Amino acid sequence: MNLLSFLGRRATAPVARERLQILLAHERKSACNSDLIAILHKEVLNAVSKHIAIDPDKVDVSMHRRDLISMLEIDIAIEPSVVDDKFRERAALVGRF
Amino acid sequence: MSKIIVVTSGKGGVGKTTSTGALGAALAQQGQKVAVVDFDVGLRNLDLVMGAERRVVYDLINVAQGDAKLHQALIRDKRLPNLFLLPASQTRDKDALTEEGVERVINELRGRFDCVICDSPAGIERGATLAMRFADVAVVVANPEISSVRDSDRIIGLLDAKTVHAENGEGIEKHLLLTRYDAGRVARGEMLSVEDVLEILSIPLLGIIPDNEEVLRASNVGAPIVLHNAACAPARAYNDAAQRLCGVDLPMCIHSDQKSLFRKFFGRRAA
Repeated sequence: MNLLSFLGRRATAPVARERLQILLAHERKSACNSDLIAILHKEVLNAVSKHIAIDPDKVDVSMHRRDLISMLEIDIAIEPSVVDDKFRERAALVGRF
Repeated sequence: MSKIIVVTSGKGGVGKTTSTGALGAALAQQGQKVAVVDFDVGLRNLDLVMGAERRVVYDLINVAQGDAKLHQALIRDKRLPNLFLLPASQTRDKDALTEEGVERVINELRGRFDCVICDSPAGIERGATLAMRFADVAVVVANPEISSVRDSDRIIGLLDAKTVHAENGEGIEKHLLLTRYDAGRVARGEMLSVEDVLEILSIPLLGIIPDNEEVLRASNVGAPIVLHNAACAPARAYNDAAQRLCGVDLPMCIHSDQKSLFRKFFGRRAA
Protein backbone atom coordinates (compact mmCIF):
# COMPACT_ATOMS: atom_id res chain seq x y z
CA MET A 1 0.00 0.00 0.00
CA ASN A 2 1.48 3.37 -0.93
CA LEU A 3 1.04 6.67 0.83
CA LEU A 4 -1.54 7.91 -1.67
CA SER A 5 -3.88 5.00 -1.19
CA PHE A 6 -3.44 5.31 2.59
CA LEU A 7 -4.45 8.97 2.52
CA GLY A 8 -7.27 8.28 0.11
CA ARG A 9 -8.80 5.56 2.29
CA ARG A 10 -12.28 6.54 3.42
CA ALA A 11 -13.83 5.68 6.75
CA THR A 12 -15.94 2.56 6.32
CA ALA A 13 -17.61 2.50 9.74
CA PRO A 14 -20.25 5.12 8.78
CA VAL A 15 -21.19 2.93 5.80
CA ALA A 16 -21.62 -0.08 8.10
CA ARG A 17 -23.70 2.00 10.47
CA GLU A 18 -26.02 3.26 7.77
CA ARG A 19 -26.46 -0.18 6.20
CA LEU A 20 -27.34 -1.65 9.58
CA GLN A 21 -29.83 1.07 10.40
CA ILE A 22 -31.72 0.58 7.14
CA LEU A 23 -31.64 -3.19 7.39
CA LEU A 24 -32.79 -3.34 11.01
CA ALA A 25 -35.57 -0.82 10.47
CA HIS A 26 -36.85 -3.20 7.82
CA GLU A 27 -36.35 -6.40 9.83
CA ARG A 28 -37.97 -5.01 12.97
CA LYS A 29 -41.01 -3.93 10.97
CA SER A 30 -41.43 -7.38 9.48
CA ALA A 31 -41.07 -8.95 12.93
CA CYS A 32 -44.00 -6.84 14.18
CA ASN A 33 -46.00 -7.62 11.06
CA SER A 34 -45.72 -11.37 11.52
CA ASP A 35 -48.45 -11.04 14.16
CA LEU A 36 -50.62 -9.10 11.74
CA ILE A 37 -50.09 -11.81 9.13
CA ALA A 38 -51.08 -14.49 11.62
CA ILE A 39 -54.30 -12.60 12.47
CA LEU A 40 -55.21 -11.97 8.83
CA HIS A 41 -54.42 -15.57 8.01
CA LYS A 42 -56.83 -16.85 10.66
CA GLU A 43 -59.65 -14.43 9.91
CA VAL A 44 -59.55 -14.83 6.15
CA LEU A 45 -59.59 -18.61 6.54
CA ASN A 46 -62.54 -18.39 8.95
CA ALA A 47 -64.44 -16.23 6.49
CA VAL A 48 -63.75 -18.53 3.56
CA SER A 49 -64.46 -21.72 5.49
CA LYS A 50 -67.98 -20.48 6.29
CA HIS A 51 -68.78 -21.08 2.66
CA ILE A 52 -66.54 -23.91 1.55
CA ALA A 53 -64.52 -26.60 3.23
CA ILE A 54 -60.78 -25.87 2.99
CA ASP A 55 -57.75 -27.92 3.83
CA PRO A 56 -55.55 -25.85 6.20
CA ASP A 57 -52.44 -27.54 4.76
CA LYS A 58 -53.25 -26.17 1.33
CA VAL A 59 -53.16 -22.53 2.35
CA ASP A 60 -50.13 -20.34 1.78
CA VAL A 61 -49.84 -16.84 3.22
CA SER A 62 -47.04 -14.43 2.45
CA MET A 63 -46.37 -10.74 2.53
CA HIS A 64 -44.26 -8.85 0.03
CA ARG A 65 -43.02 -5.36 0.56
CA ARG A 66 -41.72 -3.04 -2.10
CA ASP A 67 -40.94 0.65 -1.88
CA LEU A 68 -44.48 1.94 -2.21
CA ILE A 69 -46.81 -1.03 -1.86
CA SER A 70 -47.18 -3.94 0.51
CA MET A 71 -48.99 -7.00 -0.71
CA LEU A 72 -50.58 -9.75 1.32
CA GLU A 73 -50.90 -12.92 -0.71
CA ILE A 74 -53.20 -15.72 0.39
CA ASP A 75 -53.31 -18.83 -1.77
CA ILE A 76 -56.10 -21.24 -0.95
CA ALA A 77 -56.28 -24.46 -2.90
CA ILE A 78 -59.90 -25.54 -3.32
CA GLU A 79 -60.88 -29.04 -4.39
CA PRO A 80 -62.58 -28.92 -7.83
CA SER A 81 -65.43 -31.10 -6.56
CA VAL A 82 -66.25 -28.52 -3.85
CA VAL A 83 -66.50 -25.79 -6.47
CA ASP A 84 -68.72 -27.96 -8.66
CA ASP A 85 -71.09 -28.74 -5.76
CA LYS A 86 -71.35 -25.07 -4.83
CA PHE A 87 -71.94 -24.14 -8.45
CA ARG A 88 -74.70 -26.69 -8.76
CA GLU A 89 -76.34 -25.42 -5.54
CA ARG A 90 -76.22 -21.87 -6.84
CA ALA A 91 -77.57 -22.92 -10.23
CA ALA A 92 -80.44 -24.75 -8.54
CA LEU A 93 -81.26 -21.70 -6.43
CA VAL A 94 -81.19 -19.40 -9.44
CA GLY A 95 -83.35 -21.86 -11.39
CA ARG A 96 -85.99 -21.79 -8.65
CA PHE A 97 -86.57 -18.05 -9.05
CA MET B 1 -31.76 -13.86 45.96
CA SER B 2 -30.04 -15.87 43.27
CA LYS B 3 -29.76 -14.58 39.75
CA ILE B 4 -29.89 -16.52 36.47
CA ILE B 5 -27.84 -14.80 33.76
CA VAL B 6 -27.77 -15.90 30.11
CA VAL B 7 -24.81 -14.96 27.92
CA THR B 8 -26.09 -14.95 24.36
CA SER B 9 -25.38 -13.39 20.96
CA GLY B 10 -26.99 -15.14 18.00
CA LYS B 11 -23.74 -15.09 16.05
CA GLY B 12 -20.99 -17.56 16.87
CA GLY B 13 -17.40 -16.68 17.69
CA VAL B 14 -18.08 -13.30 19.28
CA GLY B 15 -16.86 -14.31 22.75
CA LYS B 16 -19.80 -15.83 24.62
CA THR B 17 -17.81 -18.64 26.20
CA THR B 18 -14.82 -16.43 27.01
CA SER B 19 -17.18 -13.89 28.56
CA THR B 20 -19.06 -16.55 30.54
CA GLY B 21 -15.78 -17.83 32.00
CA ALA B 22 -14.46 -14.35 32.73
CA LEU B 23 -17.67 -13.01 34.31
CA GLY B 24 -18.10 -16.22 36.33
CA ALA B 25 -14.56 -16.03 37.69
CA ALA B 26 -14.84 -12.28 38.36
CA LEU B 27 -18.11 -12.72 40.30
CA ALA B 28 -16.62 -15.65 42.23
CA GLN B 29 -13.60 -13.51 43.13
CA GLN B 30 -16.00 -10.92 44.48
CA GLY B 31 -17.21 -13.57 46.92
CA GLN B 32 -20.35 -14.85 45.20
CA LYS B 33 -21.09 -18.52 44.83
CA VAL B 34 -21.21 -18.98 41.06
CA ALA B 35 -22.13 -21.78 38.64
CA VAL B 36 -21.32 -21.49 34.94
CA VAL B 37 -23.51 -23.76 32.80
CA ASP B 38 -22.65 -24.82 29.25
CA PHE B 39 -25.78 -25.11 27.09
CA ASP B 40 -23.90 -25.86 23.88
CA VAL B 41 -24.83 -29.54 23.64
CA GLY B 42 -22.61 -31.34 21.14
CA LEU B 43 -20.12 -28.46 20.88
CA ARG B 44 -19.15 -27.86 24.48
CA ASN B 45 -16.19 -25.57 25.04
CA LEU B 46 -16.70 -23.90 28.38
CA ASP B 47 -14.89 -26.83 30.03
CA LEU B 48 -11.82 -26.08 27.86
CA VAL B 49 -11.89 -22.35 28.54
CA MET B 50 -12.17 -23.09 32.28
CA GLY B 51 -9.40 -25.70 32.11
CA ALA B 52 -11.65 -28.51 33.39
CA GLU B 53 -11.95 -30.67 30.27
CA ARG B 54 -10.33 -33.70 31.89
CA ARG B 55 -12.57 -33.60 34.93
CA VAL B 56 -15.94 -33.97 33.19
CA VAL B 57 -17.86 -37.05 34.34
CA TYR B 58 -21.56 -36.15 34.20
CA ASP B 59 -23.17 -33.31 32.28
CA LEU B 60 -26.22 -31.07 32.00
CA ILE B 61 -28.25 -33.66 30.08
CA ASN B 62 -27.50 -36.41 32.63
CA VAL B 63 -28.83 -34.12 35.36
CA ALA B 64 -31.81 -32.88 33.30
CA GLN B 65 -32.84 -36.47 32.58
CA GLY B 66 -32.33 -37.58 36.15
CA ASP B 67 -29.42 -39.94 35.38
CA ALA B 68 -27.08 -38.04 37.68
CA LYS B 69 -27.46 -35.77 40.70
CA LEU B 70 -26.54 -32.12 40.29
CA HIS B 71 -23.68 -32.35 42.82
CA GLN B 72 -22.18 -35.26 40.84
CA ALA B 73 -22.06 -33.21 37.65
CA LEU B 74 -20.81 -29.91 39.11
CA ILE B 75 -17.04 -29.43 38.81
CA ARG B 76 -15.44 -27.21 41.41
CA ASP B 77 -12.82 -24.82 40.04
CA LYS B 78 -9.31 -25.56 41.32
CA ARG B 79 -8.43 -21.87 41.68
CA LEU B 80 -11.66 -20.47 43.11
CA PRO B 81 -13.51 -22.69 45.61
CA ASN B 82 -16.84 -20.93 45.08
CA LEU B 83 -16.83 -21.29 41.29
CA PHE B 84 -18.47 -24.35 39.71
CA LEU B 85 -18.93 -25.62 36.16
CA LEU B 86 -21.85 -27.65 34.84
CA PRO B 87 -20.60 -28.95 31.47
CA ALA B 88 -22.69 -29.75 28.41
CA SER B 89 -22.80 -33.16 26.84
CA GLN B 90 -20.41 -33.64 23.93
CA THR B 91 -21.98 -36.79 22.52
CA ARG B 92 -25.71 -36.24 22.85
CA ASP B 93 -28.08 -34.56 20.46
CA LYS B 94 -29.45 -31.07 21.16
CA ASP B 95 -32.97 -32.53 21.26
CA ALA B 96 -32.07 -34.45 24.40
CA LEU B 97 -32.69 -31.20 26.32
CA THR B 98 -36.30 -30.58 27.25
CA GLU B 99 -37.83 -27.47 28.72
CA GLU B 100 -39.01 -29.38 31.80
CA GLY B 101 -35.55 -30.87 32.33
CA VAL B 102 -33.85 -27.49 32.03
CA GLU B 103 -36.39 -25.88 34.36
CA ARG B 104 -35.72 -28.52 37.00
CA VAL B 105 -31.93 -28.04 36.79
CA ILE B 106 -32.21 -24.24 36.86
CA ASN B 107 -34.49 -24.36 39.90
CA GLU B 108 -32.07 -26.63 41.71
CA LEU B 109 -29.16 -24.32 40.81
CA ARG B 110 -31.15 -21.34 42.05
CA GLY B 111 -31.31 -22.90 45.48
CA ARG B 112 -27.57 -23.48 45.68
CA PHE B 113 -25.89 -20.51 44.01
CA ASP B 114 -25.94 -16.72 44.21
CA CYS B 115 -25.36 -16.50 40.52
CA VAL B 116 -25.88 -18.94 37.63
CA ILE B 117 -24.40 -17.99 34.24
CA CYS B 118 -25.75 -19.90 31.24
CA ASP B 119 -23.47 -19.99 28.19
CA SER B 120 -25.82 -20.09 25.21
CA PRO B 121 -24.99 -21.84 21.95
CA ALA B 122 -24.89 -19.69 18.82
CA GLY B 123 -27.97 -19.52 16.66
CA ILE B 124 -31.63 -19.01 17.46
CA GLU B 125 -32.67 -22.65 17.69
CA ARG B 126 -33.76 -24.79 20.58
CA GLY B 127 -30.43 -24.74 22.47
CA ALA B 128 -30.30 -20.95 22.45
CA THR B 129 -33.97 -20.49 23.37
CA LEU B 130 -33.67 -23.01 26.22
CA ALA B 131 -30.55 -21.27 27.56
CA MET B 132 -32.42 -17.96 27.76
CA ARG B 133 -35.80 -19.38 28.76
CA PHE B 134 -35.52 -19.07 32.57
CA ALA B 135 -33.02 -16.19 32.74
CA ASP B 136 -33.52 -13.11 34.92
CA VAL B 137 -30.79 -11.14 33.16
CA ALA B 138 -29.39 -11.36 29.63
CA VAL B 139 -25.90 -10.35 28.61
CA VAL B 140 -25.90 -9.84 24.84
CA VAL B 141 -22.35 -10.21 23.53
CA ALA B 142 -21.60 -8.36 20.30
CA ASN B 143 -18.56 -7.38 18.27
CA PRO B 144 -18.49 -3.95 16.62
CA GLU B 145 -19.16 -5.54 13.26
CA ILE B 146 -22.32 -5.57 11.13
CA SER B 147 -23.27 -9.24 11.13
CA SER B 148 -22.79 -9.51 14.88
CA VAL B 149 -24.89 -6.39 15.55
CA ARG B 150 -27.65 -7.62 13.26
CA ASP B 151 -27.77 -11.01 14.99
CA SER B 152 -27.76 -9.33 18.40
CA ASP B 153 -30.82 -7.35 17.34
CA ARG B 154 -32.52 -10.61 16.46
CA ILE B 155 -31.58 -12.15 19.81
CA ILE B 156 -32.92 -9.10 21.67
CA GLY B 157 -36.23 -9.70 19.87
CA LEU B 158 -36.20 -13.34 21.02
CA LEU B 159 -35.37 -12.33 24.61
CA ASP B 160 -38.40 -10.03 24.57
CA ALA B 161 -40.66 -12.78 23.24
CA LYS B 162 -39.51 -16.20 24.38
CA THR B 163 -38.30 -15.86 27.98
CA VAL B 164 -40.49 -16.63 30.98
CA HIS B 165 -40.01 -13.07 32.30
CA ALA B 166 -41.12 -11.61 28.97
CA GLU B 167 -44.16 -13.90 28.81
CA ASN B 168 -45.18 -12.83 32.32
CA GLY B 169 -45.12 -9.26 31.08
CA GLU B 170 -42.29 -8.23 33.42
CA GLY B 171 -39.74 -7.86 30.65
CA ILE B 172 -36.23 -9.19 30.92
CA GLU B 173 -33.20 -7.15 32.02
CA LYS B 174 -30.79 -6.91 29.06
CA HIS B 175 -27.23 -5.64 28.86
CA LEU B 176 -24.81 -5.22 26.00
CA LEU B 177 -21.25 -6.50 26.33
CA LEU B 178 -19.18 -5.17 23.45
CA THR B 179 -16.18 -7.41 22.88
CA ARG B 180 -13.14 -7.28 20.56
CA TYR B 181 -13.25 -3.50 20.64
CA ASP B 182 -10.33 -1.75 18.98
CA ALA B 183 -10.33 1.93 19.96
CA GLY B 184 -7.60 2.69 17.41
CA ARG B 185 -9.61 1.33 14.50
CA VAL B 186 -12.71 3.14 15.77
CA ALA B 187 -10.72 6.40 15.81
CA ARG B 188 -9.64 5.75 12.22
CA GLY B 189 -13.25 5.18 11.16
CA GLU B 190 -12.68 1.50 10.42
CA MET B 191 -14.88 0.06 13.14
CA LEU B 192 -18.35 0.80 14.52
CA SER B 193 -18.04 2.86 17.70
CA VAL B 194 -19.69 2.13 21.06
CA GLU B 195 -22.10 4.97 20.34
CA ASP B 196 -23.00 3.51 16.94
CA VAL B 197 -23.78 0.08 18.38
CA LEU B 198 -25.68 1.51 21.35
CA GLU B 199 -27.77 3.71 19.10
CA ILE B 200 -28.68 0.75 16.91
CA LEU B 201 -29.39 -1.83 19.63
CA SER B 202 -30.61 0.58 22.35
CA ILE B 203 -29.98 -1.59 25.39
CA PRO B 204 -27.80 -0.50 28.34
CA LEU B 205 -24.06 -1.08 28.11
CA LEU B 206 -22.47 -3.52 30.57
CA GLY B 207 -18.90 -3.15 29.41
CA ILE B 208 -16.42 -2.69 26.60
CA ILE B 209 -13.85 -5.48 26.30
CA PRO B 210 -10.84 -4.36 24.28
CA ASP B 211 -9.47 -6.62 21.57
CA ASN B 212 -6.35 -8.02 23.21
CA GLU B 213 -3.79 -10.78 22.61
CA GLU B 214 -3.94 -11.84 26.23
CA VAL B 215 -7.45 -13.32 25.76
CA LEU B 216 -6.13 -16.00 23.41
CA ARG B 217 -3.21 -16.73 25.74
CA ALA B 218 -5.66 -17.27 28.60
CA SER B 219 -7.79 -19.71 26.59
CA ASN B 220 -4.63 -21.53 25.45
CA VAL B 221 -3.87 -22.43 29.05
CA GLY B 222 -7.49 -22.96 30.15
CA ALA B 223 -7.82 -20.03 32.53
CA PRO B 224 -10.50 -17.34 32.58
CA ILE B 225 -8.79 -14.08 31.59
CA VAL B 226 -9.41 -12.46 35.00
CA LEU B 227 -7.44 -15.29 36.65
CA HIS B 228 -4.78 -15.60 33.97
CA ASN B 229 -3.67 -11.97 34.08
CA ALA B 230 -5.78 -9.75 36.30
CA ALA B 231 -3.83 -6.65 35.33
CA CYS B 232 -4.41 -6.79 31.57
CA ALA B 233 -6.97 -4.50 29.93
CA PRO B 234 -9.64 -7.14 29.10
CA ALA B 235 -9.45 -8.60 32.62
CA ARG B 236 -10.01 -5.16 34.13
CA ALA B 237 -12.90 -4.60 31.72
CA TYR B 238 -14.50 -7.94 32.70
CA ASN B 239 -14.05 -7.13 36.39
CA ASP B 240 -15.83 -3.81 35.85
CA ALA B 241 -18.63 -5.56 33.93
CA ALA B 242 -19.06 -8.11 36.73
CA GLN B 243 -19.35 -5.31 39.27
CA ARG B 244 -21.95 -3.55 37.14
CA LEU B 245 -23.92 -6.82 36.98
CA CYS B 246 -24.08 -6.62 40.79
CA GLY B 247 -25.47 -3.11 40.59
CA VAL B 248 -22.24 -1.17 41.25
CA ASP B 249 -22.32 2.13 39.40
CA LEU B 250 -18.92 2.36 37.71
CA PRO B 251 -18.05 4.96 35.09
CA MET B 252 -17.66 3.41 31.65
CA CYS B 253 -14.18 3.45 30.18
CA ILE B 254 -12.17 1.68 27.50
CA HIS B 255 -9.29 -0.03 29.28
CA SER B 256 -5.95 -0.18 27.53
CA ASP B 257 -2.55 -1.60 28.29
CA GLN B 258 0.01 1.16 28.55
CA LYS B 259 3.17 -0.49 27.33
CA SER B 260 6.52 1.16 27.70
CA LEU B 261 8.65 1.35 24.58
CA PHE B 262 11.05 -1.17 26.12
CA ARG B 263 8.29 -3.71 26.76
CA LYS B 264 6.88 -3.16 23.29
CA PHE B 265 10.13 -4.39 21.80
CA PHE B 266 11.33 -6.88 24.35
CA GLY B 267 8.30 -7.74 26.44
CA ARG B 268 6.82 -10.34 24.12
CA ARG B 269 6.82 -13.83 25.43
CA ALA B 270 5.55 -17.13 24.22
CA ALA B 271 2.44 -18.57 25.83
